[in-house]
Amino acid sequence: MNKVVAGPDAALDGLQDNMTLMVGGFGLCGIPENLIAALVRRGTKGLTCISNNAGVDDFGLGLLLKTRQIRKMISSYVGENDEFERQMLSGELEVELIPQGSLAERCRAGGAGIPAFFTPAGYGTEVGEGKEAREFNGKMHVLESWLRADFALVKAWKGDRFGNLVYKRTARNFNPMMAMAGKITIAEVEQLVEPGELDPDLIHTPGIFVQRIFQGSAYEKRIEQRTVRKRA
Amino acid sequence: MGLTKEQMAKRIARELRDGYYVNLGIGIPTLVANYIPEGMNVVLQSENGILGMGPFPYEGEEDADLINAGKQTVTLLPGSSIFDSATSFAMIRGQHVQLTVLGAMEVSDNGDIANWKIPGKMVKGMGGAMDLVASADNIIVCMMHANKAGESKLLKQCSLPLTGVGCVKKVVTDLGVFDITPDGFKLLERAPGVSVEEIKAKTEGRLAVQGEIPEMVV
Repeated sequence: MNKVVAGPDAALDGLQDNMTLMVGGFGLCGIPENLIAALVRRGTKGLTCISNNAGVDDFGLGLLLKTRQIRKMISSYVGENDEFERQMLSGELEVELIPQGSLAERCRAGGAGIPAFFTPAGYGTEVGEGKEAREFNGKMHVLESWLRADFALVKAWKGDRFGNLVYKRTARNFNPMMAMAGKITIAEVEQLVEPGELDPDLIHTPGIFVQRIFQGSAYEKRIEQRTVRKRA
Repeated sequence: MGLTKEQMAKRIARELRDGYYVNLGIGIPTLVANYIPEGMNVVLQSENGILGMGPFPYEGEEDADLINAGKQTVTLLPGSSIFDSATSFAMIRGQHVQLTVLGAMEVSDNGDIANWKIPGKMVKGMGGAMDLVASADNIIVCMMHANKAGESKLLKQCSLPLTGVGCVKKVVTDLGVFDITPDGFKLLERAPGVSVEEIKAKTEGRLAVQGEIPEMVV
């Protein structure tokens, strides 16, 4: 079993125009930097991107917005990106905003083979419009469907050639669910280790969900809001 | 005059109870963490995947892999845990979080809240707010009583797209503390130096005033 590929460009083999991608990360934390850069080089267009956020103007998915490679974004929060806002308001970019918990669960459901589920989030709002609603325990819920993707691009801290992954701190976020929901899931990791080096009890994403893996390089890990306190 | 942001945070901190798991929204709600009473055990949940969130790091100790839901660098306290977004919202939807504090653009007197979109102007998205307000038993909204144009944010009916319906239980503004009741916004406390008349004048929604309204101790 060897899922290791040469690098980010080789990893994207088969990714075509108009496909649907999931891209892990929360803000710029835990995003697959190497794969996003390779997507820019590849120039694939008409993409539908499912990702909690849309990056910033010059980093993360913002890079793919700048090159107009994204046709549609499915996200929960897109606040920090002027180019995004411009493309959305001008109608160049299609945007579907969905509650963050529903986004996470829809990805999980996609990976777990559950086509739909009821959640209270969004009932009585624009998000619930046109969706089946049903009462459970005296409370209204809306039916949300699974999300699945042609490719899921995730970032982990450590991984092995079986595709087992361990994430670091809050860089975990959406990566585990998206890894489950990709037809082809590509993991870029900071450290590619030998099978057996990762403690089986502590693996976050079991390798069965991952089809391709490589060790990324030159991680920038940009911080959006650098907040600190003074030493006493 | 009304309360400062810090005083609003301090007042909300009095709603905390020992053993609570609490989710604090971005903005003034975040400041509540600075006023957790000494000796009280409160665990802060951040919906991007932390239980036991600590203060900002010391300069030079920032970790790009450790942020809160506002994308700010933070630290972890002993006993903290990290998890994925689906697990995080299982905690929220499953009502394992005892208190949610969040900001709003508008609240109506039946507990509707709007805080994610101004059509044609601002569309940033709801983030986790819709999941939080739809599920939490105990939701406190913390906001200024009026917007920058001086218009009341405590309304009969929200004019902006809703985040949730009939979900807000309590509102803390710079002018007072209100419970949402079948009679509308029930005034519980006034900010120091703020009269009931001023609050009446600045509240567009139904306001219930019963008996003497005590001045808040801040």
